[in-house]
This record gives sequence, C-alpha cells and structure tokens, in this order.
Amino acid sequence: MSPPVAPPGWSRWLVPPAALAVHLSIGQAYAWSVFKPPLEEALGLTGTQSALPFQLGIVMLGLSAAFGGTLVERNGPRWAMTVALICFSSGFLLSALGAATEQYWLIVLGYGFVGGIGLGIGYISPVSTLIKWFPDRPGMATGIAIMGFGGGALIASPWSAQMLESFGSDSSGIALAFLVHGLSYAVFMLLGVLLVRVPGAAPEARGGVESSAAAAGARQLPAGPQVSANQAIRTPQFWCLWIVLCMNVTAGIGILEKAAPMITDFFANTSTPVSVSAAAGFVALLSAANMAGRIGWSSTSDLVGRKNIYRLYLGAGALMYGLIALAGDSSKPLFILCALVILSFYGGGFATIPAYLKDLFGTYQVGAIHGRLLTAWSTAGVLGPLIVNWIADRQEAAGKDGSSLYTLSLFIMIGLLAVGFVANELVRPVHPRHHVPVPASEEQPEDRPEKQPEKQSKAKEAADVQQQQ
Amino acid sequence: MSSSSSSGPPSRRGLIAFAWVWVGVPLAYGLYELVQKATQLFTG
Repeated sequence: MSPPVAPPGWSRWLVPPAALAVHLSIGQAYAWSVFKPPLEEALGLTGTQSALPFQLGIVMLGLSAAFGGTLVERNGPRWAMTVALICFSSGFLLSALGAATEQYWLIVLGYGFVGGIGLGIGYISPVSTLIKWFPDRPGMATGIAIMGFGGGALIASPWSAQMLESFGSDSSGIALAFLVHGLSYAVFMLLGVLLVRVPGAAPEARGGVESSAAAAGARQLPAGPQVSANQAIRTPQFWCLWIVLCMNVTAGIGILEKAAPMITDFFANTSTPVSVSAAAGFVALLSAANMAGRIGWSSTSDLVGRKNIYRLYLGAGALMYGLIALAGDSSKPLFILCALVILSFYGGGFATIPAYLKDLFGTYQVGAIHGRLLTAWSTAGVLGPLIVNWIADRQEAAGKDGSSLYTLSLFIMIGLLAVGFVANELVRPVHPRHHVPVPASEEQPEDRPEKQPEKQSKAKEAADVQQQQ
Repeated sequence: MSSSSSSGPPSRRGLIAFAWVWVGVPLAYGLYELVQKATQLFTG
C-alpha cells in the first residue's frame, strides 16, 4: 500500500481526528480490568490469569512498536492504521469466540497477542504523519493523538461496563460484548484509515482551508538533521531520552497504579479518612490530569522548547514528590494537588517525546524511533509498581502504617526523577556523522529531507537546539 | 463537503466538522462519566 498523498486543498485539521479515531480505540486497553471479574467468575480464573490478555497486549504493544516502526515508516500511516484496525478488531472477535466456547487461551491469543500488535502499530501509526503536517506545532499535534490513548479508557470503561450489564456477565454475555467491541471499533477506526493523508511534496498541494499554514509547514517540514531509526539507537541522545522517558513514566505510574489504596492509607490515621468512593473519585481525577497534561504540556513545549518542558516535568515533579513526603498526612488538598501535577507531567512526558525526537532526529523515521523508545514505557511499567508495592509491603511488615508506608517510595521517586533530569541535561545535538546522506535518485517525496547546503542544515540544527535550551 | 469555487481547491469544512464530531462525541461521553466519578472525591 503506497502512502496516501493529500490532494490540493486537503486540510491538515483532518489528520488529528484520523489519529484520534485510532488512539481513542486502542486506548481501550487500559479498561481491560472491566472484563476481569466477569471472566474470573464465568471461566473460573484467578486474578493473575485474568490479567494475562492485558499483560500480553502491553508486551506486544512494546514489541510491535519497536520492531514494526520501520515498516510503518516505509508503508505509510494508512497501511499502519489498516493493520491496527484488523489486528485490534480481530483480537476482539477471537476473544468473542474464546468466550463463547469457553476456551480461555483464545482470549489470551486474540486480545493479547493479535490485539496487542494492533496496539503497537496503532500507537505509532499517526505520529510521523502528524509531525509532518504540523512542523510548526509538533507538540500540540502529537499531544492530541496521545491524549486520545488516555481518553480511550475513559470511554471504554463505562461503555464496556454498561454492555456487560445489558448482555449479562456469563460467558455468552462476555462473548457478545467482545463481538460488539470488535465490530464497533472496526467502524470507528475506519474513519482514521479513510482520512489520513501524508503531506504532498509540493507546498501548493496543501492549499484549501489551511493553505497558508500548511504551506508554511511544508516548506519547513524536512529541515534540520535527519537520522534513521537504526542509526538513532547508536546515539547517546536516544539513550538519554530513553532514560528521561523511563524515569518520568516510572514516577507517574508509581502513583497511578496504587492511587486508591495510597490516598486511603495516607489519611487512615487522620480525623477525615478517605472513603472507598472518594478514593475512586481521586483515581478519576488523576486520569483527567493525565489527559490534560498530554495536550496542555505538550502544546506548551512548542512555545518553551522540549528541553525546558522536561526540566519542568522532572524538576517540578521531584519537588511535588518532596512536598507529599514532607507534608505527610497533614494536608489532604496539598496531597491531591501534588498528585494531580505529577500525573499531568506523566501524561505530558508521553505526549512530548515524539516532538523531542523530531527535534533531534528529524522527521525521516521519527515514528520508528518513537516505537523503539517505547521500550522505556514497558520497563517503567514494571519498575514503577514494583518499587511502590514492594516497599509498601516491606514497610507494612515492619509495623508501619499511614503515610509512612510510602515515604521511602516517594524519596526513591525523587531520586529517579533526578536521574532523568541529569539525562535531559546531557542531551546535545546529534553529531552530523549520524545524519542520513540522501542520494537524489533514491529520494521518496514523502520522506525526503529538503536539499540544502550543509552549512544551512547545521545552522538550523543549532538554532533548534538553542531554542530548546 | 462543499466546493468553494470552480477554480480553487474544494473546501473541506463539512468533512472537518464531521470528523471532529465523530471523535468528539465519544470523548465527551467519556469525560462526562469521568466528571461524574471524580465528584465522588468531594461528596464521598
């Protein structure tokens, strides 16, 4: 499938909804927990077993994003969105068959393995295209899409719960719910497949409603350094950003994963303990902060520079953790406020990283590079909960309770954020020896770095980095 | 989708509106449910 080039008059504002159609769908993954209790009851599973489809799905997300990124760059966003649609929907259809026949391995294979490939390819599918359409606001553009991944769970969680209530929580009800999910998401994601376009090679191809802005973007699109995905992982910059993302996500996930028991434990010994429903409200509020941070902070990075915004995420994040640790159970509003800010930085860190990669490695294979960087997410997904849970268990065994259960974890998070802060400070422009030499005869219109004198390219690169610092 | 003039490229305003409504309605539903739940922090 050749990448679909935008005809004259195609508006770049059609690309974010295309990206959202995919991300709002695959974000359903974070609402898997809705299916866990009914599956455990209907198929006689343990909690660990019922988590398998989700865990395998996240592993496959990381693997397919890391290894499929180059294919996505080569075949274009429509191919990638089609693969994501087929895999994600087939995953649900296979799961429906598995639930109907009470063959749990089919659910693990369908939702986890096949659906997981859809998650990874879908996650990176619009990134490169959005950055090419919005070279003037790459943070905002990728922020919209990645906000969608957070939004997907907000939609799926109540929707799936209502469906199970209507169809029943036995195996046939679950099967029907999976079937409806598979078909609905296929239709919903189809909009993305049909709408997505890569910018035309010529500025005049971007006329129409957004002609002037898009044309301005088109002229800047391929400027700056261009580094291939294979070369990028050989640069210290990639690994610095890997550490930055890993530390930022670990710090956020540490709170997100244990939010409800954490706020309950924190204020258990006070005159105003937190009820179960209030703790659920706190978790919901954290999700809102996570989503708002994705679009808000990522858009802000277009104004203040990527390096500066990560200084904020990591530096102010550490300060927030410090405030929680020092204040203990003395102030509930302060605890909530700090947790919300940390979660907004967590979301912002996810959403800003593609634009940071674009600044350093160019648009040439930014989607593939982003896919490889997502292994930091997988690592953080294990690290964050492990640190908080393990330490809380140890503290409890040592006879501690209340906010002191988490004090050590909070200081470890501050240390991790400090490591990320240093890694961010070490980011420098990529050495020209890593840049892609583009023979004129082999250039492709959609990924062609603009031909310009080497001096001019280096000046642009230096200016980009100066702007960040 | 409508054409603005015979000489210029077609205007995509209708398509843009449709596309944003397509993704905006489910997102609004999710946000509404989220706000309902979040208020429990202050009322629960």
